Amino acid sequence: MSFSDYLLLFGGMGLATYLPRALPLLYLAHRKMPQGLIDWLSLIPVAILSALLAPSLFTESATRSLAFGKLELLVAVPTLIFALKTRSLGGTVLVGMLLYWLGGMFY
Amino acid sequence: MNPDHEHKRTLRQGASAAWPICLGYFPIGLALGVLAQKAGLPWWAVALMSVLVFAGSAQFICVAMLAAGASTPAIVLTTFVVNLRHVLMSSALAVYLQRVNRAFLALYAYGVTDESFAVNLTRFREGGWDRWRALTVNHLANAVWITATICGALVGQFVPQGALGIDYALTGMFICLLVFQLQGRLYIVTGLLAAALSVAWYLLIPGDSYIVGASMCAATIGYLLKRHYRRGR
Repeated sequence: MSFSDYLLLFGGMGLATYLPRALPLLYLAHRKMPQGLIDWLSLIPVAILSALLAPSLFTESATRSLAFGKLELLVAVPTLIFALKTRSLGGTVLVGMLLYWLGGMFY
Repeated sequence: MNPDHEHKRTLRQGASAAWPICLGYFPIGLALGVLAQKAGLPWWAVALMSVLVFAGSAQFICVAMLAAGASTPAIVLTTFVVNLRHVLMSSALAVYLQRVNRAFLALYAYGVTDESFAVNLTRFREGGWDRWRALTVNHLANAVWITATICGALVGQFVPQGALGIDYALTGMFICLLVFQLQGRLYIVTGLLAAALSVAWYLLIPGDSYIVGASMCAATIGYLLKRHYRRGR
């Protein structure tokens, strides 16, 4: 592929990435949002984080099947407890990495 | 406070919020660079892609589709579908960016990723956070991402896989940010619903619609529960 082929492809992808991010911000930030929408949106972060995490912990992506014994899930339990107890973002990241690293040696 | 001092504080606080994202982005960016290089992309094309398309999952899919010989329209359309979830994230961020000027929002929107969204929204909700600190988080993450993908394309094949558990950095970050979001029974119920729905959706329906589908369903059920509970009293 030539430079202009790449530019066309990535330019198109860039628009397809940018517009879904920009239009809601540009539209909603200058309007009085109804309380119902604000209430609904306040539940979106917890829902999205769960929906991003759960399949990576409970399923095998290669076969797209249910799995309850993945190292990711086993490490997630103590990591979650650590997060609940300390509420420290940096600490949780490091504990998760350490456990995953150690787990990878024995698992 | 003098403006210079205030700028430094904004940068410092932005950086201290952004470091878990940067730590997580580095190995993923390296991996993307390696794959892209194997798929035949020159390093400058990887750089161009990371600058124009700051979206990790879409970039991985693009590289896989290029390797499989897919057409440009097919790749662009897939990118659009994969990134639709950011409509929800930008809408949720709009609650905290009311009446901010459009030029700022146009720049800010460029850096809305799953990770920067989760970190910034948590900070906005806790208070003591402003749009400049949030923008700093976006752009630091972006800078690390671009650097990591280029490094991956140039020297990635020499980096050992899975060193120091770094592949778990983003999962660990998401777990902790999820904990921060659990501010009452309604949030816990919504989170559990989203987890169950997303796993079921992921198993039953091909593609990536599970993120948008499950989170919208769970938030809607949570919202209806809240309304029902309010009326009941």
